[in-house]
Amino acid sequence: MEQSIIRIEGIKKSFGPVEVLKGVDFDLRTGEVHALMGENGAGKSTLIKVLTGIHPRNSGEIYIRGESKTYTNPKQAEKDGIAVIHQELNIIPTLTVAQNMFLGKELKYGRTGILRSKEMKQKTIEYLDKLGVYIDPDQEAGELSVGKQQMIEIARAIATDAEVLIMDEPTAALTDKEIEALFKVIDSLKKQGVGIVYISHRMEEIFKICDRITVLRDGEYVETRDASTTDLNEIVKMMVGRDLGEQFPHRVRSEGEVLLQVKDISAPGYFENISFDVARGEILGVAGLMGAGRTEIMESLFGARKFKGGEVRLDGNPLKIKHPADAINKGIGLITEDRKGKGLVLNQTIRENMALTNLPHVSQNKIIQKKREQELVDRLMKRLNVKATGPEQTVGSLSGGNQQKVVIGKWLGIQPKLLILDEPTRGVDIGSKKEIYHIMNELTSFGVAIIMISSELPEVLGMSDRILVIHEGKVGALLNRDEADQEKIMHAATGGE
Amino acid sequence: MKHKSLGEWMQTLGSMIGLLLIIIILSVMSDNFLSLGNILNVLRQVSINALIAFGMTFVILTGGIDLSVGSVLALAGALTAGMLASGMDPVLAVLIGLIAGALMGAFNGLIITKGKVAPFIATLATMTIFRGLTLVYTDGRPVTGLSDSFFFEMIGKGYLFGIPFPVILMGAAFIILVFILRKTTFGRKVYAIGGNESASILSGIKSDRVKIWVYSLTGMLSALAGIILTSRLNSAQPNAGFTYELDAIAAVVLGGTSLSGGRGWLVGTLVGALIIGVLNNGLNLLNVSSFYQQVVKGGVILLAVLLDRKKSA
Repeated sequence: MEQSIIRIEGIKKSFGPVEVLKGVDFDLRTGEVHALMGENGAGKSTLIKVLTGIHPRNSGEIYIRGESKTYTNPKQAEKDGIAVIHQELNIIPTLTVAQNMFLGKELKYGRTGILRSKEMKQKTIEYLDKLGVYIDPDQEAGELSVGKQQMIEIARAIATDAEVLIMDEPTAALTDKEIEALFKVIDSLKKQGVGIVYISHRMEEIFKICDRITVLRDGEYVETRDASTTDLNEIVKMMVGRDLGEQFPHRVRSEGEVLLQVKDISAPGYFENISFDVARGEILGVAGLMGAGRTEIMESLFGARKFKGGEVRLDGNPLKIKHPADAINKGIGLITEDRKGKGLVLNQTIRENMALTNLPHVSQNKIIQKKREQELVDRLMKRLNVKATGPEQTVGSLSGGNQQKVVIGKWLGIQPKLLILDEPTRGVDIGSKKEIYHIMNELTSFGVAIIMISSELPEVLGMSDRILVIHEGKVGALLNRDEADQEKIMHAATGGE
Repeated sequence: MKHKSLGEWMQTLGSMIGLLLIIIILSVMSDNFLSLGNILNVLRQVSINALIAFGMTFVILTGGIDLSVGSVLALAGALTAGMLASGMDPVLAVLIGLIAGALMGAFNGLIITKGKVAPFIATLATMTIFRGLTLVYTDGRPVTGLSDSFFFEMIGKGYLFGIPFPVILMGAAFIILVFILRKTTFGRKVYAIGGNESASILSGIKSDRVKIWVYSLTGMLSALAGIILTSRLNSAQPNAGFTYELDAIAAVVLGGTSLSGGRGWLVGTLVGALIIGVLNNGLNLLNVSSFYQQVVKGGVILLAVLLDRKKSA
């Protein structure tokens, strides 16, 4: 007889006048992986925060092992064996891996406050070993890739011997190998009777590891299903409340003449002898493992990073770019993978963010013309279907999908010739994803050239006309869409022959 | 724009109520306080700190800090005085003094941006350098025997329509700077850099250039304050402006501008400068010893910041 560790009944939660949870039910049994699905803004993260006491609830009941509970802070939940791996990393970059692993739970000699450093380092290695990775426990966490940082976070949660593990988008920054290792760990935890709540936008993962799936939509509980009795399309339909049709919109290849030619550019330590070109109206997909140098290549082309040697031509003319401002003048836009860190000024409004790349356009003699600014922002928000209370909402309070739309809006405003999109749909809900794909297709039909870096192979295959595969800083392969498949790309990305 | 301004007013509401309270208390305790003469007197005293604090607001909005303002004030004041004493045309001397201040600020900006030195460290060093240069230039003695030109006397001691000229300068600077900050692309860039410098650079903003301009502006405003002070005292003191950076930073913080950058405004800074000025004046009128005055001033700053924390928590 399976037993529920967590039972949630009729949870309601409002922020001000906005009701974000409208009576949600959920339960978690021992030894199961239970997926919590829904578009961004559906209330998944809020439900977790209500459960663990970060937000108080307005009504409803939470039972832990049959006992009614109300946590007022996450520490209490932790005491009851509920560990959470949040989407935002809680790693302190200046501390070492081992120090991060034991942050707040340091091993000491009795009550002296003297640390058992050696033991903690040893245990750090052990915990990480369970995940199949080795990271030097003395290394500063800030020097690690986001993927490795995520592994530390996961290892830390597992180390608490929790009975319930809540994972919010744990694989967003992991390589396939790391994901594989994580799934193995999840499997062994399951066998030990740990209940796992799993939040992810990656459908394939869900069907690979989850036993049951609960779908939320607009704060409402839709349904709970056994994973074996449903399929991807049905879940997507439940999430969006309508049939989405094809995951990727039909794409008509509309190539024109070559726009950008890159020849033999290098940046020691990041990439070397990179050559490729992009034509007007083309989408060039750029695949590769995390850390292969894809982002660095594009940042170099955009003037945000230095490179050596080689030659870059735009429309046949040599391109000299020293600063992103030069790139923008030439009609090149870059949508960064690090939306919050480099893409947006989070404490500013949608209007201010969208205007930032368009200041020359909305000003006259350096004085901002309010009306022009307003018109631009209204037009972009409408075109991109940004869901917000209005142009004056601060972007920090928007959902991931809407934040990404604001970033895209910044760059549509400059009417780019070439748009570089780095992981354009990471952390973006399915509905917004499709809208972004449509915008990309629309842009190319006007003759805009697009370079799209993506770690999601279905996306690369679904959207690209040609695919450039980067392996350890070098061009691993350049494939046409009709000749490319997942195996070929992975082969080239991992350096296979 | 409307929402945002409302938010800003709320941010400064605490300080404004505080200012009103202090004014009410002082006017009850001292008959002289609310007299027109005294009000103009307070405003004149405030003008020097306010001018520096306006520049400091720009610097802090970009996420920086400028500790060298007091030394820039002294050096620019001394240079101007020296030129006047040697018989140079007063208008020219003042202009050169202002440019010298701007150049000192630009030097700060260059070290911070091109040299990649943290603003606190960079301006801590230049604070000492500029003070040292002032002492070298003046030989540690006041520069006296300045011009008795109407123009130069007017700057620090004059009146226009019954209002002290420094107050008019402060008001003019305030209006121009508010315009720059709110209505121009430059102002927009200042806020964006303080909010997220990486995102600003990737949006095509040359943040180094903007910052150098911001420090230059602060240098020039500090020089203007130094010239006003020199005119008022009819001499340049080598130790002028000592610890003025603290009053300027205090005014900015009292005005609700975030020390981490990206959020704040000049109206708040003006209110902050007024609080400090009114306190100084009122405590003097009440014959509170200058030792206790410092305790009260520090206490008010602490209280204001603590209340601010409560509000945003």
